[in-house]
Amino acid sequence: MGIERIKSIKDLPPEENVFSGTPACAGCGALLSLRLTLKALGRKIVIVNAAGCFTLLTIYPYTPFANSWLYTAMASAPAGAQGVRDALDILLEKGRLDPEEDLKVVVLTGDGAAYDIGLASTSGAIYRNLDFYYLCYDNEAYGNTGFQRSGATPFGSGTGTTPPGSVRPTGTELPKKDLFEIWRSHKPPYLATISPAYPVDLINKFKKAEQYKGPKLFIALSPCPPGWATDPSYTVKLAKLAVGTGVWALKEAVYGEVSHTIVPKKFKPVEEYLKEQGRFAHLFKPVRQEETLKKMQEMVDDYWKRHQLLL
Amino acid sequence: MKKEMLTGNAAAAWGVRLAEVDYIPAFPVTPQTEIIETLARWIADGDMASRFVTMDSEHSMITAAGAASATGVRAFTATSSQGLLYGFEMLYAVAGWRVPLVMVNVSRGLSAPITLETDHNDVLAARDSGFLQIHCETCQEVLDSILMAYRLVEDERVLLPIIVNMDGFYLSFTREPVEVPNLERVRNFLPPYQPKHAFFKASQPMAQSVTALGGSLYSYFKYQMHLGSQKALEVYKEVCVEFEKEFGRHYDTIEGYMLDDADYVLVMTNSFSTLGKAAVKRARARGIKAGLLRLRLLRPFPAENIQRALTGKRAVAVIDQNISVGKGGILHSDVASCLCNEKQRPLLFSFIGGLGGKNISPGEFEFIFTELIKAVAGEAVEPSQLLYTEEEWQEMVRLKRIAGKE
Ligand code: SF4
Repeated sequence: MGIERIKSIKDLPPEENVFSGTPACAGCGALLSLRLTLKALGRKIVIVNAAGCFTLLTIYPYTPFANSWLYTAMASAPAGAQGVRDALDILLEKGRLDPEEDLKVVVLTGDGAAYDIGLASTSGAIYRNLDFYYLCYDNEAYGNTGFQRSGATPFGSGTGTTPPGSVRPTGTELPKKDLFEIWRSHKPPYLATISPAYPVDLINKFKKAEQYKGPKLFIALSPCPPGWATDPSYTVKLAKLAVGTGVWALKEAVYGEVSHTIVPKKFKPVEEYLKEQGRFAHLFKPVRQEETLKKMQEMVDDYWKRHQLLL
Repeated sequence: MKKEMLTGNAAAAWGVRLAEVDYIPAFPVTPQTEIIETLARWIADGDMASRFVTMDSEHSMITAAGAASATGVRAFTATSSQGLLYGFEMLYAVAGWRVPLVMVNVSRGLSAPITLETDHNDVLAARDSGFLQIHCETCQEVLDSILMAYRLVEDERVLLPIIVNMDGFYLSFTREPVEVPNLERVRNFLPPYQPKHAFFKASQPMAQSVTALGGSLYSYFKYQMHLGSQKALEVYKEVCVEFEKEFGRHYDTIEGYMLDDADYVLVMTNSFSTLGKAAVKRARARGIKAGLLRLRLLRPFPAENIQRALTGKRAVAVIDQNISVGKGGILHSDVASCLCNEKQRPLLFSFIGGLGGKNISPGEFEFIFTELIKAVAGEAVEPSQLLYTEEEWQEMVRLKRIAGKE
């Protein structure tokens, strides 16, 4: 296809576009996802931020970004991206902006805005075929307000609003919404899931996406040490385990055609991923919730069977 | 210049066309739809070189309009009633971004119950957001106010968004003769927008709308908005002078009608002021020294002008076409607060009328003047009253019977 792919971690763009010293938590997987994304996108971008942990990266008078940035609101970052993109196009068309000064428009959002409150405005922007990148750092709950269930919270996870209790021992009883498929039904040119533990795959997906005009989605499953109740040093290992157990499928879709970019040769049991995290601790103690654990494994197996990658 | 018979909505569309607006994100809501349909048609026919985009909601629409302003283009949008409230969160955001967005609101009562007709609870709910507010009585004023609005809010001393308000149905769909200025003269009055404060370009990265943690930081920015709004009073005066020079029509922050020697004054806004003026004329014919004060600029609140206009009057009735549930008329409170320290302050009464487009009849205006005269004579008068006629009450009783509630 003529796109230059990188082959190893040594080929990562060296430039840093989000600087250190942010108030994000130690070991934040989302920040790592963002850092790699901004290596891929470069500096000529404007980020339109929805409410979430990363709204708090820019605190007056500081910004950790080398690029431009606008906060809109939780529900409407894609609409903000529409206004910015349209305005840039108008300025270019009317000769009021040098083409050298043009910017790529990037929506930056957590899963709460992406899966829930911002879904209508996201659907609108995809429908209008807005030319923009959309990065969702998915830590599977409302992380910025503590850790409450969002549309991205997986079945079985304990959260602030779905605490496992004696009557409801499972925690979250609903399965995670499938944002990838919600987007795919709109038929945008490019969709991908990414992981901060697979930087080469991540960078190559952005390289591939670059050639398409229109909406481009990237969902990064991002371990969140305080919410997931894990050690900050464990973030990358956990992100790897999510892929290795099949919980997080690394894939892309070009005009709706899905392909998996990294498939484990041998899937590890889901339990290996779950037992490392405080948010799933209730599944093991004081009693093992066999039924729930079985169901979780089945959910993952079903996915891979459906894609004929697990026989 | 040509005169045309235009609805308030069409006059608004002409204002936007003449202001050579770059960008119009839109979402339909009655009774403002005609504005965006007119603009969409002009753009489709090549009469306007603007970009038009239908958004997925008013919340998105106001976000897109504000974000485009923050990127450096001249943007416009319009809404009404529930639509304004649906986008409400973004009013505060866009005001905080300090971008010169102009938005028309066509006032309509708020749900529940559902209605299509006018009152001002929609636009007055936005009075604390940082948007400036101009309220129009006529279709001509709608067109003119949009041109003045851009000139006002693009001024670097102001840099706040603004709502130009008109009444649904009473103005939005009423045709009046409107002078449509020619483009060359508009260009003299309103130069192209040159963003110095908020824009995006590669060579100058800029973070807009950042977090301001800590009360002193937050207070600083909020107070800057307040000062910007207050500064707008001064800038507005200059804009009025320039506008009159170019187009010959004069607009002040307030308008007095038979006010100078009046003893009994009605305070009103928007299109119902025309009914009030007719009532003043009739009262004068009966020998009552009546007058009317129309508030045109509601934010910033032209307190000094109102004080000057009302001190020394004997009795004033503020007619509020809105109801702050549990309190009463909103403008009554605003007017009262700017008179409370005046030595020669008039007696001040609140009348609530015209809710949901309910007519205010000549009889009701007569009643108001009678009450004012009674009060000045020392008789007891209720401080706040709802205008509702015996006839309307009988009709209500009949309808309740049909609904099986009586
Ligand atoms: S709460 Fe989680 S996602 Fe948010 S900054 Fe902390 S680690 Fe990152």
